[in-house]
Amino acid sequence: MAMALQLEAEKCTGCLQCEMACSYENEGVFNPAKSRIKVFTFHEEGKFAPYTCTQCEEAWCMHACPVEAIVVDMATGAKNVLEDVCVGCKVCTIACPFGTVNYEPDSGKVIKCDLCGGDPWCAKACPTGAITYVDDSDTTYERMRAWAQQAPSAPARFNPPQPKSVQIFDRES
Amino acid sequence: MRHVIVGAGPAGVVAADQLHKLDRDAEITLISGEAEPPYSRMAIPYYLVEQIGEEGTHLRKNPEHFSGHSTRVVHDHVESIDPGARSVALRDAGSMGYDQLLIATGGRPVKPPIPGVDRPEVHPCWTLADAREIIRLAQPGAKVVLIGAGFIGCIILEALASRKTELTVVEAENRMVPRMMDDTAGGMLRRWCESKGVSVRLQARVEAIEDGRAGHGAAVRLGDGQVLDADLVITAVGVQPNVEFLQGSGIDTDTGILVNRQLQTSVEGVFAAGDVAQGVDFSTGEYAVHAVQPTAADHARVAASNMAGRSQAFQGSVNMNVLDTLGLISSSFGLWMGKDGGDSAWVEDRDRFRYLNLQFEDDRIVGASALGLTDHVGVLRGLIQTRVKLGRWKERLKQDPTRLMEAYLASTRPIGYNAHVL
Repeated sequence: MAMALQLEAEKCTGCLQCEMACSYENEGVFNPAKSRIKVFTFHEEGKFAPYTCTQCEEAWCMHACPVEAIVVDMATGAKNVLEDVCVGCKVCTIACPFGTVNYEPDSGKVIKCDLCGGDPWCAKACPTGAITYVDDSDTTYERMRAWAQQAPSAPARFNPPQPKSVQIFDRES
Repeated sequence: MRHVIVGAGPAGVVAADQLHKLDRDAEITLISGEAEPPYSRMAIPYYLVEQIGEEGTHLRKNPEHFSGHSTRVVHDHVESIDPGARSVALRDAGSMGYDQLLIATGGRPVKPPIPGVDRPEVHPCWTLADAREIIRLAQPGAKVVLIGAGFIGCIILEALASRKTELTVVEAENRMVPRMMDDTAGGMLRRWCESKGVSVRLQARVEAIEDGRAGHGAAVRLGDGQVLDADLVITAVGVQPNVEFLQGSGIDTDTGILVNRQLQTSVEGVFAAGDVAQGVDFSTGEYAVHAVQPTAADHARVAASNMAGRSQAFQGSVNMNVLDTLGLISSSFGLWMGKDGGDSAWVEDRDRFRYLNLQFEDDRIVGASALGLTDHVGVLRGLIQTRVKLGRWKERLKQDPTRLMEAYLASTRPIGYNAHVL
């Protein structure tokens, strides 16, 4: 069963516990600057959006790596950075069109979400259920329904905000 | 199917892997012009600082990788191509037939027309062999003159500085990385380098490289008459595509090998990918050489797919680059210099070496450059590539250009459905 991070922005209160959990679990410090998941703030709308790597099929980061330092974790489907192989050239950080691979100057390497090996701490830390780690096939259904409900030709922002179950991922189930 | 790939850099290696993936029966030959196993030039700066060994530069770490992927690696040089006979002529091994041919020969450094450029103290920084020479000569205290402050010049500054050499950079133009950064960013980069003890000479011309004085191997004479002692001179004045062997083949070239959206050249059965290929730039619609790893990998996968008989169209690449100059990280994307009739937004903090410049056409971002920004920079590629209409977010970005991710998430469904929420 493939699992995926489901991010539901409308449930997010901006508490940043996901960032604290992520940085602590992965970097050993409570430091949102070192978190692989990031909560973006929309003051004008009074909203928050957690966002991280979607583990996309295309894996631009992985294909752009000149030293084979990004690999697919066969168990989770995550694209993982092999820290001992990464030279810190940052090419993946410009290759990822979602902006979810970041250079971490203290280590001189890049960091990205690796789904914590299949037990993501951001999801465990989220008190409001805005971040959940769910069966990919459930979210695929939701995604198909979301597509079906929108006018296909209209630009996204003209579409009414219907589906309230929001995923930010795209993987084959 | 016999696939021959000329060039064993990232484009050649990605294409070989993809060909094997798509056609397990394919016979793949990867022709490398160098003695080493296929390696990445991108990794050379990290080899120079001894962060990695030579094997750390290898594109595939498993020595059995290629043989396990029906890929034969041949170390030889292609002297000419005969598309009529579907064969390539090799310098050592005679002729080799192919069904589909991929040219991924990349580029080579331009040798500046300076008297003395062939002296033993003078090297480009391009191959592993060059890197070994640089390591040998760049000893602590050695005087190093770097001719050219472009991308390659800047990316090896760190290595030369950390090897504790005394470093002077000589650049013909009026700023550093003139083809990647504007005056503001180039000026900040210069101040940064000088603050790290590097001497930077702009608008300076090298007249000649001559016999050294006072125990130094060479001396670099500048246009203003000044002479710089040098134990090592590195030339980094640009690169040119390796296309000479195509003469007489009927393959069209311009600034590189012209390829269509299938990455095919003007000759049937011959494809090109990577730094040698001049393909579609989706930000301008024109054809351009974008000599960066992500473009090479994209080219290679599309070319391989078409070579294996699975038609696939290349969506185009965008000019982009990321550079680490003595720890100051810069990046540029698309039309970073702007577009006629467009407008721009920028934010700068000269004291902290921070700069972000966005270039718009209508309510889309068409180019950007950044200094000292490492978080979420890839989204600039995403915004340019997907031609995201920013709507009211354009004004917000003009107020605060750093809110790029927010603009992206609010204006698009990058993959998920944030547009419905925000």
